[in-house]
Amino acid sequence: MNIVVCLKQTFDTEAKIVLDSNGKIDSNGVNLVINPYDEYAVEEALKLKEKFGGEVTLVSMGSERVQESIRTALAMGCDKGILVNDPSIENPDEWATSEILAKAVSQIPYDIILAGRIAVDDGSSQVAIRLADALNIPSVSSILKLEIEDNKGTVTREIDGGTELIEVGLPAVLTAQKGLNEPRYPSMMGIMKAKKKEIKVLTLADLGMSAADLPRKMSIPKFSLPNARTAGKKISGEAAEAAQELARLLREEAKVI
Amino acid sequence: MNFELNEDHIMMRKMVRDFAEEECAPGSEERDEKEEFPMELWKKCGELGLAGITFAEEYGGVGADYLSYAITIEELSRVDASLGVTISAHSSLCANPINLFGTEEQKQKYLVPLATGEKMGAFGLTEAMAGSDASGTRTTAVKEGNEYVINGSKIFITNGYYADTYVITAQMDKSKGNKGIAAFILEKGTPGFTFGKKEKKMGIRSSATYELVFENCRIPAENLLGQEGQGFKIAMTTLDYGRIGIASQALGIAQGAYEQALKYSKERSQFGKTLSQLDVIQFKLADMALQIEAARLLVYQACDLATKHKPVSKYAAMAKVFAAETANKVATQAVQILGGYGYTRDYPVERMMRDAKITEIYEGTSEIQRIVIAANILKD
Repeated sequence: MNIVVCLKQTFDTEAKIVLDSNGKIDSNGVNLVINPYDEYAVEEALKLKEKFGGEVTLVSMGSERVQESIRTALAMGCDKGILVNDPSIENPDEWATSEILAKAVSQIPYDIILAGRIAVDDGSSQVAIRLADALNIPSVSSILKLEIEDNKGTVTREIDGGTELIEVGLPAVLTAQKGLNEPRYPSMMGIMKAKKKEIKVLTLADLGMSAADLPRKMSIPKFSLPNARTAGKKISGEAAEAAQELARLLREEAKVI
Repeated sequence: MNFELNEDHIMMRKMVRDFAEEECAPGSEERDEKEEFPMELWKKCGELGLAGITFAEEYGGVGADYLSYAITIEELSRVDASLGVTISAHSSLCANPINLFGTEEQKQKYLVPLATGEKMGAFGLTEAMAGSDASGTRTTAVKEGNEYVINGSKIFITNGYYADTYVITAQMDKSKGNKGIAAFILEKGTPGFTFGKKEKKMGIRSSATYELVFENCRIPAENLLGQEGQGFKIAMTTLDYGRIGIASQALGIAQGAYEQALKYSKERSQFGKTLSQLDVIQFKLADMALQIEAARLLVYQACDLATKHKPVSKYAAMAKVFAAETANKVATQAVQILGGYGYTRDYPVERMMRDAKITEIYEGTSEIQRIVIAANILKD
């Protein structure tokens, strides 16, 4: 089976966000990780490979540093990686990203494409679905369970207040939700083998594209940090009185009841 | 000379740290309190390839360098020093002597399952009358036909009872002193080989420390490791490399304790400031950071030499004694910084302080390390 995983490198969820002098997010010295939701996709891909045989190819976009994340996924057991690294296109929007990924993915055989349901940095939750559209294949998002038989996927999908069971023909794009699986740690052997695995680095030109083909459809004019949390209020006194005072404050000050 | 870790080492450190924090740390306090051996975690370590890091792939190992091994032991020990020594004793004290001195048959039979983590190893050198002075060995081995008959006992054996494979020393000719000692490979379950007392210890309480008892224990002649009379040398060489493991364990304990103190000092306020804003505490933290850095460099230097198969005895001894003394100073200071709270079991630093002490004692006391260093510098 030819399994493709779309992987994004994001800030560590514990990283402190700082804006530089231009009001842009400063990535200096920040710890970068595989988008946690993409880890579920990698793990699911490895489980499919263990069951059906075949290869897992990672596809990603970004700078040189993204290679660290690809290398980690290779250490987990994936077979090779493709990285589109082209400074001529800066901070591509979700449409441009999905167009580029579609071009990259079209160059290799694929039976199934997996990705995380959302990236923890910008939280758009769009690219994988746009990718499916660009490739003209179906997509199912937020999957909690996947079974494949006879070129068909039976998928449990998370919805508000429950789940739905969906049958989808392959190839398809499926996005992983937390709970799909427990991502494995890369083993020592995996880490040693990872450096020998291929990561192909491509520019837009290698894909037969240029930045001019991808005019920006959406831009972000401003970033701002959330307001600082104000200090909490501590209510003293006997339990009954304190409860009364709390109720009063919740009603009159916080206006939540 | 590059002082930065390469990509592989960074990835390894992250993997072991994530594993240690997510899987090993949560139960560490309970295992310590109940003196419960970390059997499930040992198995997971095997699956991740942590049991055979420095051994060749052809023998089931990972084929990685000593730095990879040191990083692994440090990261495990940072959250659970008992687990750290379980892996270290298994790798350095049992698998490694077979790796260095074993025949091809012995390596296939014993090293491979040890390297993959399928079997656990232990090392039986210490006896009631033979601690720092290995020439006090009273366990005997007598050749009878195509067997050796072992009689005697060993104490304070790490991984005892749980280990499947044991490398032990026994005296074959008292008149030759150290040159009469031989080393043997023993399997758990061999008739005449039983376990005695389980030690109740100050620290590393979830590490298994047992007495081994041999009563007319017969083993095949093929289980002699190396040559008759080579046992003392095998033990000393084994300990040279093993000291890197213990130095790494001590480094991990120090690092873990220091991080607890650093974190606490930023949260705790007295006299209108956080402790981290008080000079007195800042100087303590600075000294802790400095000592750990120095210990780390000594450990890494010993690793570099070990990986290159260069003489490692002096540098491993230096790394071990310095790291052990650092672990004790840092862990004690961490309890001090956490004050009354640090003295309770609500915080992990009291365990780290109790764990640190043994690193100054086993695999060669700090006094013995100084003897090794002195012998090396005076012979140059």
